[in-house]
Amino acid sequence: MKTRAKTYRPFIAAITLLALLVGLPGYMSSYTVILLTNILMYVVLTLSWTIFSGPTGYISLASAAFFGAGVYVSALFSSSLPLPLVAMGGGAASFILALLVGSLTLRLKGMYFTMFTFGLVELVRNSVHWWEVNITGTVGRIILAADNTAIFYSMVAIFVAVLVVSHWITHSRLGLALQAIGESEEAAAHSGVNVTKVKTVTFAVSAFFMGASGATMSMRWTYIDPTTAFNIQFSFMPVLMAIFGGTGHLYAPIAGATVFSLLEEVLTTKFPYYYMLLFGLIMLVVIRFMPHGLEGVIETWRNREKREPSEAA
Amino acid sequence: MKILEAERLSKHFGGLTAISGLNMEVEQGAILGLIGPNGAGKTTLFNLFSGALRADTGVVRFKGHDITRLKPHRIARRGLARTFQSVKIFSRMPVMDHVRLGYLFGRLDAGEKGEADREINEILEFVGLASVRDSRGGDLILANQKRLEVARALAGRPDLLLLDELMAGLTPTEIAEAMELVKKIGRRGVTIVMIEHVMKAIMSICGRIIVLDHGLKIAEGTPEEIAQDKTVIEVYLGE
Repeated sequence: MKTRAKTYRPFIAAITLLALLVGLPGYMSSYTVILLTNILMYVVLTLSWTIFSGPTGYISLASAAFFGAGVYVSALFSSSLPLPLVAMGGGAASFILALLVGSLTLRLKGMYFTMFTFGLVELVRNSVHWWEVNITGTVGRIILAADNTAIFYSMVAIFVAVLVVSHWITHSRLGLALQAIGESEEAAAHSGVNVTKVKTVTFAVSAFFMGASGATMSMRWTYIDPTTAFNIQFSFMPVLMAIFGGTGHLYAPIAGATVFSLLEEVLTTKFPYYYMLLFGLIMLVVIRFMPHGLEGVIETWRNREKREPSEAA
Repeated sequence: MKILEAERLSKHFGGLTAISGLNMEVEQGAILGLIGPNGAGKTTLFNLFSGALRADTGVVRFKGHDITRLKPHRIARRGLARTFQSVKIFSRMPVMDHVRLGYLFGRLDAGEKGEADREINEILEFVGLASVRDSRGGDLILANQKRLEVARALAGRPDLLLLDELMAGLTPTEIAEAMELVKKIGRRGVTIVMIEHVMKAIMSICGRIIVLDHGLKIAEGTPEEIAQDKTVIEVYLGE
């Protein structure tokens, strides 16, 4: 019975959190709603990054390319389509982009893969820029802004979706294959895993949510151009947040992204001149004293809690 | 019936010839030993059979079908499994899940969950890893890691199993146990090709032996014939 109650605990926690989130715009200031939307965006980016990079160990820096693709889809369709459809469209565009890129580059390993994904962001950004200069003749676009509450709910929906999909993948045959690929690609292949297909599809699924969140967030910005849409920060932040939180449990990237983006918010408002410096110092301290991130601290604490009653008896 | 046939198989790495025009056959149900000095091309041959490498020329046929250009996962699903010279277990993954992976991906007819659990447990009992089923792969001793590779391979219910130096690095007691395991697998009707340097094991388990040197087959026969072959004694066995 006890173990049963324990397996349900994460679900109860998730539902409570969700209920709080859904009710939030009713009793919070619009500043809080915008802040929470921002945090949710980073949580979604980090969770979707973890879907692929967590088990496989392939460090992708392509997040900004998929996020930006979503932003541009939004720029093209936001005036004619409702928000949920725009978000789906942004996700679909990134999914397809990731399938194409993935089938070409997922043969690369380690540093080479990381470098390529970094290059991809620049390639896409410059291509869009070139297209705007030479074809459409205007750089940047104005986006029909949506209501802050609507944007917030859209991000909550994407968050729930990425949470459900992550949970499902971890506990499915696909999750087992991803874990095997992360440990030995060769052994996985010789055990019957279609390594290329598993990697490409998962990479695309993770890109879908990045694109959907990009399409949603662009509605808050009203004006976008290639530099803001494909900002490399959207590539680095999910990686840093995943390092900060951990990738072994579903809660870890969520905790990492939440604490990290709150920290960013506090530092930029209180110490606008020193914030990058402070940020760097905090990151150094974290890596030095918490090599497994927040997750490492929490798991050590949980194991201690588990062991203590048996030692007393 | 021939379960595996190689015809005029060749593989070069730059200027180095690893396998040179090799012809060989494996009878269904046989236990075949593959011996030869270091660099003879034994592991390269396994890599060609299992799809890790692609042959420059020649054909590999498995159960009558040409598999020369198939990818590793396709070959595995057709029933050709292998282990690795340097063990490639998943160090952070529980023992059970290794076998589950082999069961779910190594065959085309994976059953219901209850059926899967029953068969996974049966395989763990068979190789002698039932007591450590929840341990992580990386926490096992070498002898058990080697058993785990065998278990993962068997989970795909293979018709042919390639064992690459299963006994290397084991103690005499562990070698005796590994020999028992190989015989038991053979009795299940699985055809086995094994690369081995432990001559005692090769001589007592294998029905036939093929000797490779510089990518060429220099001898083939029963253990007795091989033990008396002049060329083999010269290049490999010594006086």
